[in-house]
Amino acid sequence: MPEFEPVLLANVDKPDSHTLKAYDAVGGHRALRKALADMTPEALVELVKSSNLRGRGGAGFPTGLKWSFLPKDHPGPVYMCINADESEPGTFNNRILMEEDPHQVIEGATLSCYATRATTAYIYLRYEYPLALERLQAAIDECYAAGYLGKNILGSEFSLDMYLHRGAAAYICGEETGLIESLEGKRAWPRVKPPFPAVEGVFRKPTVVNNIETVSCVTHIVDRGVEWFKSLGVPADPDNPRDPGSYGPKLYCLSGHVNKPGCYEAPLGLPCRQLIDEYGGGVWKGRKAKAVIPGGISTGLMTEAELDTPLDFGSLGKLGCLGLGTAAVVVLDETVSMVEFLHNSCRFFAHESCGQCTPCREGTNWALAMLERIRAGRGRLRDLELLLEIGDTMGMMPGTTICGLADGAAWPIKQAIRKFRDEFEDYIKRTNPSGYLVTDAVPALPLVNIH
Amino acid sequence: MPTVYIDGIEVQLAEGERANGIQAAERAGIEIPHYCWHPGLTVVASCRMCLVETGTRDPQSGEVKMLPKLVPACQTPAGDNTVFVTNSDKVKQARSIVEEDLLIRHPIDCPICDKAGECDLQDYHFKYGQDERRADVRPFTSRRRDVGDTVTLFVDRCVMCTRCVRFTREISGTSELFVAHRGSHEEIEVFPGYPLDNKMAGNVVDLCPVGALGDKDFLYRQRVWMMKAHDGVCTGCSTGCSIEVEENQDTVYRLKPRENPHINEWWMCDEGRYGFHHVHSDRRLTNVERIEDGETVLLEWTQVLPEIDERFRQAGRLGAALSPHLTVEEAYLLAKYVRSIDPEAVVVLGPVPVEGQDESFKNGFTIRAEKCPNRRGVEEVVRHFSDGVPTLEELIANVEAGVVQAAWISGGYKNDWIDDAKAERLAPVSCLVVQDLFGSPLLDRARYRLPGAAFAERAGSYVNHVDRLQSVDWAIRPPAGVRVEGGVYWQLLQGQRMFKARGVLEEVAREIPFFAAAANEVGPLGVDLKAGSAVEKAVTG
Repeated sequence: MPEFEPVLLANVDKPDSHTLKAYDAVGGHRALRKALADMTPEALVELVKSSNLRGRGGAGFPTGLKWSFLPKDHPGPVYMCINADESEPGTFNNRILMEEDPHQVIEGATLSCYATRATTAYIYLRYEYPLALERLQAAIDECYAAGYLGKNILGSEFSLDMYLHRGAAAYICGEETGLIESLEGKRAWPRVKPPFPAVEGVFRKPTVVNNIETVSCVTHIVDRGVEWFKSLGVPADPDNPRDPGSYGPKLYCLSGHVNKPGCYEAPLGLPCRQLIDEYGGGVWKGRKAKAVIPGGISTGLMTEAELDTPLDFGSLGKLGCLGLGTAAVVVLDETVSMVEFLHNSCRFFAHESCGQCTPCREGTNWALAMLERIRAGRGRLRDLELLLEIGDTMGMMPGTTICGLADGAAWPIKQAIRKFRDEFEDYIKRTNPSGYLVTDAVPALPLVNIH
Repeated sequence: MPTVYIDGIEVQLAEGERANGIQAAERAGIEIPHYCWHPGLTVVASCRMCLVETGTRDPQSGEVKMLPKLVPACQTPAGDNTVFVTNSDKVKQARSIVEEDLLIRHPIDCPICDKAGECDLQDYHFKYGQDERRADVRPFTSRRRDVGDTVTLFVDRCVMCTRCVRFTREISGTSELFVAHRGSHEEIEVFPGYPLDNKMAGNVVDLCPVGALGDKDFLYRQRVWMMKAHDGVCTGCSTGCSIEVEENQDTVYRLKPRENPHINEWWMCDEGRYGFHHVHSDRRLTNVERIEDGETVLLEWTQVLPEIDERFRQAGRLGAALSPHLTVEEAYLLAKYVRSIDPEAVVVLGPVPVEGQDESFKNGFTIRAEKCPNRRGVEEVVRHFSDGVPTLEELIANVEAGVVQAAWISGGYKNDWIDDAKAERLAPVSCLVVQDLFGSPLLDRARYRLPGAAFAERAGSYVNHVDRLQSVDWAIRPPAGVRVEGGVYWQLLQGQRMFKARGVLEEVAREIPFFAAAANEVGPLGVDLKAGSAVEKAVTG
């Protein structure tokens, strides 16, 4: 692989990289000027479509396609929501972009609004990012002052208002319709689809919800062209006409038991082992990795033997993982107890389940209660079957819930138990030597405590 | 016409008709269990009990293409060639898991739960649930708190269908209820200082598919399987909501709205819902009395009717006030009776109680200021016998002019309906007969005091404010000593056999063109008399 020069992270280490001055000094807003001068919104949509850019927020849905779902000739207004509610455990690439290079984000958002004819954009920011809040707001103010936002941007016909909205720290607000509900001032209960946001979103108007990193990529596609974008990453599978490929640069968030955790930029398709060893300096303390979360806790687990798999949208599914997710790679070294890992994961999802759909509300809570009992030394082998049944039947993919949170909760359960079953069985047998084979219903523990 | 296939059964929908999977399946006689969906509320598709498999059928080849995922039937529109499968293993498993999930934290305190017997959770568990409890979650804490003066919440029984929350947002428009907390800690809640106190609040109890919301008026008073439900009409105001009167052994325990798309849809107001307690009041009249020279003589019904009849025949000019609480049939019989003795008898409409202003809610449901069920019906009966619609004032004028010698005043009012001064002006009538529920200044001045029936005891028809006629049968027998007006008038008219409201209504429909549309069988949803007369006009004209 040729040496790769970071694009999205090109400015982050420069002094005052978050200011407009520093951004324009390195050629910022070149893409915006180009698009406003030479391109129609339709041409921009076509450009992004032809780049096969896929959403970086987790699902990997082709961005150009999403834009083209907006109704034609709608009287408006059309809204753009930038999803900065980055709350998948292990993920922090949006934070780096917003804190260190907010103008890149705003330029990308402005371009996306131009393409979709949105005249109002909302950035839905995660509550826990005070520095990002400060810098994004400062950057928006700078842009208004410099004519990059507001009426007739850069003398063109295009006008855009951008608002920064701070969330209240709920995982579910990162789900696009949960975000929309929250933005409208309601409880963030994801909406039933259809209608999809492109038809009926914020304030019942057509809406596009894009991730921070996705819109940042748009800037570079306009600036450097589709050729450049498609020269990076993994080409589409010629045997699968529905595969849009995995092109472009990606910000990998490497954390966990590695020597050098951090946010690294590389073309999509970087093998996981290479990310850990070359970028992250290897697993810490000279230990081996036991398991790696490939893209945020929702996506499941890779075993040590699976680490040569490239991190792209298509490959991880073959390992039974949910997908690339947010590319938040978390390394668990060989000393980690998978029971503890799964307990932690279940506690997170039971806490964050919005409580709307029955299978998720009760299933996440039930799984947690079972893991509490296993940890307390009263587990039974039968519990593993029950946990798997909960995992297999809960989620948007079997169709039993409205949104994907339950899928995210189910994947770690399914993968941890299926891939590390021996460890779970050993743990249960060791901690409950007299009762691990019991199959009767057992009384609950009084210590079930989520909050 | 669009054709929908449910488990292989073909169902035809009307052109342009909007139906979801649940409604289409209902046509095929197939139940799709559901909690959160209600025809009168928005779709949230959150309980996931109505999960089914769906697909489309190619009309040419007959080939069916199914979706791989389960979908909620409530959220899936039934269109032409839509296929629903509700009995596959996949669907059965999904239902049993939802049932199991809902029972994880449910107290299963059916023996002390008011909803037992009419509880969806209970019914569905037997139909679709699992026979083993596998969960080991400490289930409940048995918390109960009031969310308003009339409604109490059993927190742990709730299945979070949010019907009640949506009701207060979409129907009453008052938004008192909301969901607090998140995940399995969710609870229905009200804000401190803002209780559930709107005038339609009682509906949330009917909406609740489980025993979470309890009606304090009904709580612990009767098991639901002991009661019989009778179709009724609410007599609280001139809207005339279709209701069910639920009674056991001649005691009314509860009124519930009965679905009627023409009148009240699925709702009724609290005024009507709780407005039945007067039926069992101990202040009700039960004695038949004659007052002669300040002395009260107790009589039997068998004595008093011939006595009154004889006095009426000797009195000269007669008068009758038809209360708007009477049914059409009763009003007609009373008018017919006095006219049979005195063809010039003064027939007037009794006082129409009006309180405040009409009150409308977000969905258009209106509580009317006119607090009687049958002003329109009685008015038309009076119009048939008199010139225009004279009121009690006209009868009084005739009394004061010394014309009317004997009068029959019908009551049936819940509240005070006549004041001392007005009653005094009717006092000169030498033979004043008053049949009423409760004592009144007029009763004090009557020569004959007859105890009358309450709404649940009457059989007959009411015409609401937009001329929709509904016929109901009696739900309970009146207390000992009371005879229902209809039967009394029937006997005075020397009617053959027993009083049968339907027969009288047929006569009314023949005699009075306004009621012509009621000539044929009146269904449970009633009949629009305006539309009926319009049809008649079209035919004759």
